[in-house]
Amino acid sequence: MASMRDIKRRKTSIQSTQQITKAMKLVSTVKLQRAKTAAERSKTYFNEMYATVSSILKRSSNISHPYLNSTGSDKKAVIVVTSNRGLAGGYNSNVIKLVTNDDRFAPDNTYIHAIGKKGRDALFRKGYKIAADYTEVINAPLYKDAVEISNKLLSEYKNGEIGEIYLAYTVFKNTVSQVPRMIKLLPVDLDTAKDVKDIEDGNDSSSRAIMNFEPEEDEALELIIPKYVTSLIHGAMIEAVASENGARMQAMDNATSNAEDMIQSLELGYNRARQAHITQELTEIIGGAEALS
Amino acid sequence: MASDNSFIVKITAPDRLFYSGNADMIELTTTEGQIGVYKGHIPLTAVIAPGTVRIYETEGQVKSAALISGFVEILQDKVEILAEDILWPDEIDVKRAEEARIRAERRIAEKATDTNLARAELALKKAVVRIETVKGE
Repeated sequence: MASMRDIKRRKTSIQSTQQITKAMKLVSTVKLQRAKTAAERSKTYFNEMYATVSSILKRSSNISHPYLNSTGSDKKAVIVVTSNRGLAGGYNSNVIKLVTNDDRFAPDNTYIHAIGKKGRDALFRKGYKIAADYTEVINAPLYKDAVEISNKLLSEYKNGEIGEIYLAYTVFKNTVSQVPRMIKLLPVDLDTAKDVKDIEDGNDSSSRAIMNFEPEEDEALELIIPKYVTSLIHGAMIEAVASENGARMQAMDNATSNAEDMIQSLELGYNRARQAHITQELTEIIGGAEALS
Repeated sequence: MASDNSFIVKITAPDRLFYSGNADMIELTTTEGQIGVYKGHIPLTAVIAPGTVRIYETEGQVKSAALISGFVEILQDKVEILAEDILWPDEIDVKRAEEARIRAERRIAEKATDTNLARAELALKKAVVRIETVKGE
């Protein structure tokens, strides 16, 4: 049996770990609140954006625009949104698995645009090419950052360097549930966008049916699609931050309660050891006294 | 209360709901030119060019903001602007905008390459719009 001192030392060490996990949980709870409101706010922007883009595309189904048809290159770009820090449960590895488990993304023709250190490092180790690194962005995602990223990708797409653009991130469903998701940004595929948007407004199609465009549809498309892509990237970053904090909060909550369990069983072991020690001392004293008499 | 000629104006920025209220008229700049919108306008989606947007509120006040990019969706009784870059006059740093204007003018004078020239012109427009929005207040 472990000695009393060993048990005590272990208990203290677990207690201090528990204090850290408890503090981390509190910190991510606060951060989560902030990220959650930001995520909700950016959602209205995206929903509006989606409604407009889909109404344009509905009425211009027969035009062929590079944004709607692949440029032919088999190279793919994937924007991978992960966090810079670990200790968030399966948050990062779930996103990374989306890329590595997908047969479409072979390491030699897939370019990773990493937002977040964890995804960058893990995919680099697996042999993927890191085309761009926006590690700092995820700490405080700005719309400007999304503009920069989408401009870079769109110009590569237009030049024919890449044929498809994907986005891997974690959808924030609620505090306890975050779902990793891979969506196709370009060429535009409205079904995936529909998937992203919460289905809510069914009455919109009638009021939009007689919409006019200025400039003409195809020109408007040229101008609006980049904004649409940007809004998706921005929305994904904002949601990913909320998801990260949600995941970390949960992971730290689990860690804290696990520590509690361990402390309890150690406490039991410690008391047993103490009891055994006292009993042993007593028997020794009694034995000694008997020997004397 | 809202008069008969008022319509709803909603301006959404990526990170916030910028403005929401009732207006009698709204003026804005699109890629095709400046337009003024009253209630009952034909449905129209237009792409925004840098310019000052003026909202003539039902209560008689006029609010203006510097709108740089985005697009607008106009319906019979509702105008919805999706603004990528929009600021209220009191959020604009005039000194910074002046500097940006001078920088952009220099870049244009130096005759940069094509893409840089387009960029410099956009930056110049942006700065000018911001300065004018503040001065118009």
